[in-house]
Amino acid sequence: MFRILISAAAATTLLTGCATPLAPRVEAPKLGVPVAADALAAQTLNVFPDGRGLPPGQGSVKEGAQLFVRHCAGCHGRDGRGGTAEELTGASRPLNHPAADKTIGSYWPFATTLFDFIRRAKPMTAPGTLNADEVYALSAWLLHANGLIAADAVMDAARLAAVRMPNRDGFIRVEAP
Amino acid sequence: MARKPPDTPDQPRVGEGRLDRRGFLKHGAALAAVTTPAGAQATQAGGDLPWLHVPGQPFSAYGQPSPHERYTARRIGANRAVAGNGVSFTPLEDLDGTITPNGLHFERHHNGVPQIDPAQHRLVVHGRVRQALSFDVKSLLRYPMRSQMLFIECGGNSNAGWHAEPIQRPAGSVHGLVSCAEWTGVPLSILLDEARVDPGASWVIAEGADAGAMNMSIPLGKMREDCLVALYQNGERLRPENGYPMRLIVPGWEGVLHVKWLQRLEVGDQPVMSRNETSKYTELLPSGKARQFTFTMGCKSLITSPSHGQTLRQPDVYQISGLAWSGHGRIARVEVSADNGKHWTDAVLQSPALPRCFTRFRLPWRWDGKPAVLKSRATDEAGNVQPERAALIAERGRAGYFHYHAIVAWAVEDDGLVSHTY
Repeated sequence: MFRILISAAAATTLLTGCATPLAPRVEAPKLGVPVAADALAAQTLNVFPDGRGLPPGQGSVKEGAQLFVRHCAGCHGRDGRGGTAEELTGASRPLNHPAADKTIGSYWPFATTLFDFIRRAKPMTAPGTLNADEVYALSAWLLHANGLIAADAVMDAARLAAVRMPNRDGFIRVEAP
Repeated sequence: MARKPPDTPDQPRVGEGRLDRRGFLKHGAALAAVTTPAGAQATQAGGDLPWLHVPGQPFSAYGQPSPHERYTARRIGANRAVAGNGVSFTPLEDLDGTITPNGLHFERHHNGVPQIDPAQHRLVVHGRVRQALSFDVKSLLRYPMRSQMLFIECGGNSNAGWHAEPIQRPAGSVHGLVSCAEWTGVPLSILLDEARVDPGASWVIAEGADAGAMNMSIPLGKMREDCLVALYQNGERLRPENGYPMRLIVPGWEGVLHVKWLQRLEVGDQPVMSRNETSKYTELLPSGKARQFTFTMGCKSLITSPSHGQTLRQPDVYQISGLAWSGHGRIARVEVSADNGKHWTDAVLQSPALPRCFTRFRLPWRWDGKPAVLKSRATDEAGNVQPERAALIAERGRAGYFHYHAIVAWAVEDDGLVSHTY
């Protein structure tokens, strides 16, 4: 019952006139099951710098402040300046200082990363349980606490993608295509 | 003067702290003969050994190490508030050869080890493809596979090397966020071809099924070239802490890209700029700019014996042994120095030296009882040479945290105690 499926790569080489011989290619079964687009949309968490992947919804700095106290302050400190988890706000030493403060405001290049990361990973005791409005609100508060948006600001898909982070151009893409 | 002049007598350089492999090979037998009587005496107690006279233990369904080796264990460094956020280090100084046993492979988890039921796990390939596809574990087990011996090294391995003072911990507890295994899995190019990737695509975002669904962007070219969806580790199915039921293998590139518990591959035309590829796993330079997408792990080596915390009992012959690896390819050469880098001698490389794999090196050394500083320096087939610490810091500063691959120095004091030094 066994059939070994090896394509005739040498023949292909001759037909195409390619000078480089190809290794015999082992053929694979095709067992992938098609996935419907709407099922995918509900499961996809990636949020890109241009805002692609951001869902509908909105949240304010004020709402975010309350959510931060409830879900985040235990590890990140009440004002987000760090605790058992890292500092998120309050950078004083610049990035060219030997002990630079790498906070959201001083280091993160894109505001959309806040939404991508909070939605999938926070709070650590129950990741993925915050709804879109709550994630926008937490993103808003963190941007405000870093001095980047006003105290009465509201974040949604368009506004979050439009925030230009101070360290936007601070990265050298060493091995990126 | 890197080499011994040809007219020098073939003698180990006792008293100079220098190394000479050829000299040792000629005289090593005599040294071994002198030490034999003590060893022979120890084995003569055999007649009284109880295991010679009582039946042994029955068979075991899954073998375990001897209880006498129970201290050969991973060392765990976790967040005190979140037990599943942290690392565990491979005890490199307690192992030999090149393969890391599965129970000792290093770990880096962001929020614990998910307990995944393979029947409910799916790998979805979607985004810029003609047809989004879902693969279950049973299906993937039917695909053509490839096996490859590869190291995986966390980008943050050895980061204590940036500290102003040399950290005093065992070698594995500083440098043990690297391990080496045989990984077997489905070449990713097969799955990408089945989904038919759009010509304009250039990146793939991989996502795990851990708590937090960690995501990382990887160039499509690398994914097509040599990445695997691994299902087996050293011959058995992956351990939960190493990604069961499937993980990504990205040969030679930093560990965080080898996404464990792989559940999703989104094909696109840009990186997602996730938290772990922006605020983490990027290296701040003295200028204030940061290196990003530094994927390839550098050419590196480490003497595992003698190393920190070990003691040389008396002046005698010792086997210097260590590991070398490079994300750029094969290890071509490892040199060892016993005088803090003034003179270097080529170590013997255990064959085969495979690309992007641990290579074991060894060299006998006759310690004369005087202070010495041991170093190893690796060179890979692409010509990359492991840098001295001062050179790496001159280039990168000390705030980069990731990708520390400088030469490691062990100081041997006149009482035989080995410690870390710069």
